Amino acid sequence: MRILYYPGCTLKTTAKNFEESAIAALRVLDVELVELKRWNCCGTVYSLASDDLIHKLAPVRNLIRVKEEGGSRVLTLCSMCYNTLKRANSFFREDKEAGEKMNQFMDREENYTGDVEVLHILELLRDEVGFAAISQKVQAALGQLRVAPYYGCLLLRPREIAIDDPENPTLLERLFASLGIEAVDFPYRNECCGAYQTVDQVDLVVERTYKMVNMARNNGANLIATSCPLCQFNLETRQEDVQDKYADFVQMPVVYFTQIMGAALGVREKELRFDLNRYQASELIYGR
Amino acid sequence: MENLMKRVSELSAQNLYACYQCGKCSGGCPSVWQMDILPNEVIRLLQIGQSNDALNSETIWICASCFTCSVRCPRGIDLARIMEALRQIQLRKNIDRVEIKRISSEQMAKLPQIALVGNFRKGTA
Repeated sequence: MRILYYPGCTLKTTAKNFEESAIAALRVLDVELVELKRWNCCGTVYSLASDDLIHKLAPVRNLIRVKEEGGSRVLTLCSMCYNTLKRANSFFREDKEAGEKMNQFMDREENYTGDVEVLHILELLRDEVGFAAISQKVQAALGQLRVAPYYGCLLLRPREIAIDDPENPTLLERLFASLGIEAVDFPYRNECCGAYQTVDQVDLVVERTYKMVNMARNNGANLIATSCPLCQFNLETRQEDVQDKYADFVQMPVVYFTQIMGAALGVREKELRFDLNRYQASELIYGR
Repeated sequence: MENLMKRVSELSAQNLYACYQCGKCSGGCPSVWQMDILPNEVIRLLQIGQSNDALNSETIWICASCFTCSVRCPRGIDLARIMEALRQIQLRKNIDRVEIKRISSEQMAKLPQIALVGNFRKGTA
């Protein structure tokens, strides 16, 4: 299967380990990601003000790029990109008047109608590849892992764009089960990490990271798996700041779920880019 | 004051009078411990015509639009949009909440773009 893919900015910079591990793991599952030839910023946060159309243009332009390349759907990895693209697309479809206004404003673009399907990689794994097929491709037994799966916000909320039950998601748990990996109960799995507050209100994020990592450990986890590059930064990199504040704090590796999936599917360690993670998970995963 | 209430209703496209103050939004908010007034109090202040207190609260800047309250509200109010409306009213006076020059170059270098763009989108005019 080939599918058009929208990477977004962060996967090309601080989250290369997410992109590279996802591409490598999907290759094992016979899914080829075809990156859009042209793409721009997704807008990062979806504009919520009712009169604000200008900030909805960036995600819509990316959907127009998909159409230009003859596609009818696009895959995202980053949760923020997923959320903005998906919401802007729904908005365009539902508010005809606003859509028309936006089309008029983008007079050098082909008219858009809101007909691109925005997919997240986890939906593709569940609905098209299938957990049974994933299970059959497992190469490495990773029974030593006890993963705390972390969803964050933007894959689950608001409800209209949720890839799973917003209050009780099970998608990551089911994915790990299909890989023969134990997922621990992690009640903070769909709570906010503090998001962009990490820029100017570091302490807010530090407190959340402290609470979350401790909860994961208390529930028996030895690793946290995230699906969003911002959650990843807050939960992993901010552990340094947590340590400065709380002397009793013990660090825990935080990786992308695609890195663990790749390891289970037998992707070479080098391709999964654990070298870009702050706390090395390789020892835990490869036993060295 | 009436006008401010009307402006929030328009910008958020929410019916503020639908709120019956059950407090479920505040009960589930993961950042409530950093707020000066509770999310349900923000709505109450708007309802009783004390919109300026809502507008000048820290709360509207602590909210990071995680939409936990929005999916839980039994009255179907999208609180995240109310917070955004209040932030927008402030930002549209051309006053920045976030001072970009105060972010150290060391932090700038390590923060992911989605953190920076998200922060500036939410906190600068």
